[in-house]
Amino acid sequence: MAVIGGGPAGLAAALAARKAGAGHVTIIERNHELGGILQQCIHNGFGLHRFQEELTGPEYAYRFIPAVEADAAIEVMLNTMVLSLTPHQENKAKDAELGAGPPEPITSPAWHEIKAVHPGHGLITLQARATVLAMGCRERSRGALNIPGTRPAGVFTAGTVQRFVNMEGYMPGKKVVILGSGDIGLIMARRFTLEGASVEAVVEIMPYPAGLVRNVAQCLEDFGIPLYLSSTVTEIHGKDRVEGVTVSKVDENWQPIAGTERYIPCDTLLLSVGLIPENELSLGAGIPLDPKTGGAIVDENRQTLVPGIFACGNVLHVHDLVDYVSEEAEIAGAAAARYAQKIAEDLPRAARKGPETNPSQLSQVSGHTRSTRYCVVKAEAGIRYVLPQRLTPGRETDLFLRVTEPGESATFTLNGLRLARKRQVRPSEMIRLPLRTRHWEQLQKAAGKQALKELRLEAEIVSSPDKAPGKESREVKENNDREGKEIPAGSNHSTATR
Amino acid sequence: MGSNNHCDVLVIGGGVVGTAIARRLCRYQLKIVLLEKEEEIGWGTTKANSGIIHAGFHSPPGSWKARLCVAGNRQYDQICEELDVPFRRNGLMMVAQTEEEKGILQKYKQQGEENGVEGLELLDSEAAHRLEPALAPHIQAALRAPSGGIIAPFELAIAQAENAAANGAEIHTGQTVTSIQCKNDCFLVTTQDNTRWQSTFLVNAAGLFADDVARMCNENVDSIVPRKGEEYVLDQRVGNLVQHTIFPVPTEKSKGILVIPTAEGNLMLGPTALELPYKDDVTTTREGLEEILSFTRRLVPQLDRRDIITSFAGVRAGSPTGDFIFHRSHEGRGIHLLGIESPGLTAAPAIADHILELLQEAGLKTVEKGDFNPRRQPVIRFKQLSDAEKQRVIEQNPLYAHVVCRCETVTEGEIVDAIRRGARTVDGVKFRTRAGMGRCQGGFCTPHVVRILARELGKSPLEITKRGKNSNLLMTPAKEFILEGGIVSD
Repeated sequence: MAVIGGGPAGLAAALAARKAGAGHVTIIERNHELGGILQQCIHNGFGLHRFQEELTGPEYAYRFIPAVEADAAIEVMLNTMVLSLTPHQENKAKDAELGAGPPEPITSPAWHEIKAVHPGHGLITLQARATVLAMGCRERSRGALNIPGTRPAGVFTAGTVQRFVNMEGYMPGKKVVILGSGDIGLIMARRFTLEGASVEAVVEIMPYPAGLVRNVAQCLEDFGIPLYLSSTVTEIHGKDRVEGVTVSKVDENWQPIAGTERYIPCDTLLLSVGLIPENELSLGAGIPLDPKTGGAIVDENRQTLVPGIFACGNVLHVHDLVDYVSEEAEIAGAAAARYAQKIAEDLPRAARKGPETNPSQLSQVSGHTRSTRYCVVKAEAGIRYVLPQRLTPGRETDLFLRVTEPGESATFTLNGLRLARKRQVRPSEMIRLPLRTRHWEQLQKAAGKQALKELRLEAEIVSSPDKAPGKESREVKENNDREGKEIPAGSNHSTATR
Repeated sequence: MGSNNHCDVLVIGGGVVGTAIARRLCRYQLKIVLLEKEEEIGWGTTKANSGIIHAGFHSPPGSWKARLCVAGNRQYDQICEELDVPFRRNGLMMVAQTEEEKGILQKYKQQGEENGVEGLELLDSEAAHRLEPALAPHIQAALRAPSGGIIAPFELAIAQAENAAANGAEIHTGQTVTSIQCKNDCFLVTTQDNTRWQSTFLVNAAGLFADDVARMCNENVDSIVPRKGEEYVLDQRVGNLVQHTIFPVPTEKSKGILVIPTAEGNLMLGPTALELPYKDDVTTTREGLEEILSFTRRLVPQLDRRDIITSFAGVRAGSPTGDFIFHRSHEGRGIHLLGIESPGLTAAPAIADHILELLQEAGLKTVEKGDFNPRRQPVIRFKQLSDAEKQRVIEQNPLYAHVVCRCETVTEGEIVDAIRRGARTVDGVKFRTRAGMGRCQGGFCTPHVVRILARELGKSPLEITKRGKNSNLLMTPAKEFILEGGIVSD
């Protein structure tokens, strides 16, 4: 079994896979150490749910890394970059010139082929019965936002700056404007200030901050950093280095309002405007993605629509809490292990059938037949996205979703049937709704004799007109007692996926 | 610094034209020197060029543009093979949106044939849509030019400079000419750090600043017309939307806003054409973006602004007469190239041939070198290698197994190669290797590139710049700044 990515998702998936009985798990990690993005997140607040402690990023990672390293059946390949992932249906004849190839010809349809590269071992080809995608995400760039102006040095995305400051030990600037009030932008506002720089402003296009209220308080208010809502950067100035930015207010369509321009002198523009799941390999593998999440379409086991390939963590959808990442990864890792074992058990039968074995026969081997009709879960009014997008009818699972706008309360319905009601919902906070047997029974009852093909999830959101954005009740503060999200919640600009 | 450096021909300007000239001349036993004011070759107008190798039907017969474009176009297969520069002869298509425009296509076909362009064909709507299904349904006809192509212009300029240097030319970047004294038999050229060159012949290929340089020689020339163009680059995911470079029917001012499949697999939309009174406005604008999107979506409706990954702008040296100007001075020993606007890139090899002729007419002695090597050492592009080739290069150098730019699969080995070949800056590495040109636009690889540059150049990361001068990426070591009191005491 292969796990692509050794960050929080990959680590938890590998451990869960072993616990579920996987014989051999390989983690493929491009960095020189495990831990992924956590290694550069030196602030605390991770693990509040899972461990009831406020850990820093590296501390959270080290709740998993020792177990991985101690397990001889988990092979960790560091400094190894995966170049391609090819699901079994498309396996072609191997490169005859390569010499030492896989030990047996690729006639078994059950293998996925992973090509990777490592300085010592060169070009490596791995074969996996099951693969877990845990590649994380990348940051939305200035180019994707089309911010007009010049292209001087000093425009960075927040994660790049975090790496420079926390890992390399350099300050990229002294006078900073931050575009985007997602948590990573807020965290970096505080980090810059603690390192002696001046954060001139945080600029947010929505009328409410994107990050946690607690972070707005502890990162901005505590340091007297101004937050400009319903505003955006409309021009970057400077020849060699950033000299300033123009900030304008925006209307309800996010278009700049003429006459509201202000020039803010600065030497750095930090962008914290959204994360995009890093699905290059998935695209190459022909794995269907959900445009609403930017990640793969998955079922309750986090299996993608390509049998044997699973996905979890930020590569699947951008998370707020690493605790949920670990939980999701455990689902994917265990399911991948079970899948791989099933294949192994039935392998002789499949191999006997030879390379002409077609996918439907394979899916019988995998115990996951195409005749099993999934329910398609659809995100409708009020729902930005919901996951999993496919469900095996009758299986108990949790739905994870984000709403489209903040509200004092939201009532969630599935095919019109009331599922739950939540207080104080925000797009930046992922919501979890349990789907239990009784819900399935009700849904099936409502469908009568028809098979349940579609589940339409809707949220009726009651907005809170009398409360200013950013001010929330004490009760809510206590309920939302989690902080230090290491990654921004969704996107402040258009959909999360682009 | 005090004495003069001597050479036979001094070329001012290291863009695609200047470097083509330097390369053309270095096959002779001559001391050739090229001076470029930016930190890297090709960082004037060249790096913002669309990269189109034109067929040659746009310009009136008999014009320099027409003659040199067609002559230059023919040379590109050989040049790109010799210099190992990616080049695609993907063809151009000028499309007609109305009945009237259909008639204009016919005129361009005739003009092209008169200019010696081969393979021109008129396509009806059905044929055009069969070749390019993404074209808007209302497109009535197309003029197809199979000889059109696409190239990365900065790669070409860099390759020409490298090859010229390998053959003995001296290429100096970061050298701005500040004054020129014209003597009876030579030119004395001084740069900003008081380096002095004494050259018998002078070729002014300074592009946007060619008029200023000409005036340094006391030549009375018309000013070039600065014309800004914005370009928007789309994700490689949509790079296959069209195969041909799609042109509208042109206006008086420009060839129009195009849909360009680039040599590296992206799609590019642009350029606009905005006349400016000054030469240094390289800003992208909201208006430019909207103009480009509305225009191109009329030709290819599927284009989506959400696929844009980056944008840039550059300024062209527009010709005051509408054609290339080869202004000669000082009994022909001085040649000033003015207004080398489109199709300047395509014409560059033929311009170089022409400049050689002019210099020979003015008395330049050209004795061939025995050991001229037109071939550049091939560049390793890891992403494009076969598995076996990848394995081979990694065995020679494990740095080729460390992928630094994840989006474009660029390895540390290639970055080190680029630095050894002359890259000094983050953008220098970017333009040679494509590290930072992918989807994440350098978000992941920039810290690595900075580190590698610092290591290879023996500098501190604080000294590494984006593109020279004061474009440093980093300002201060992290903990030192706060210990010194931070911004409050700054």
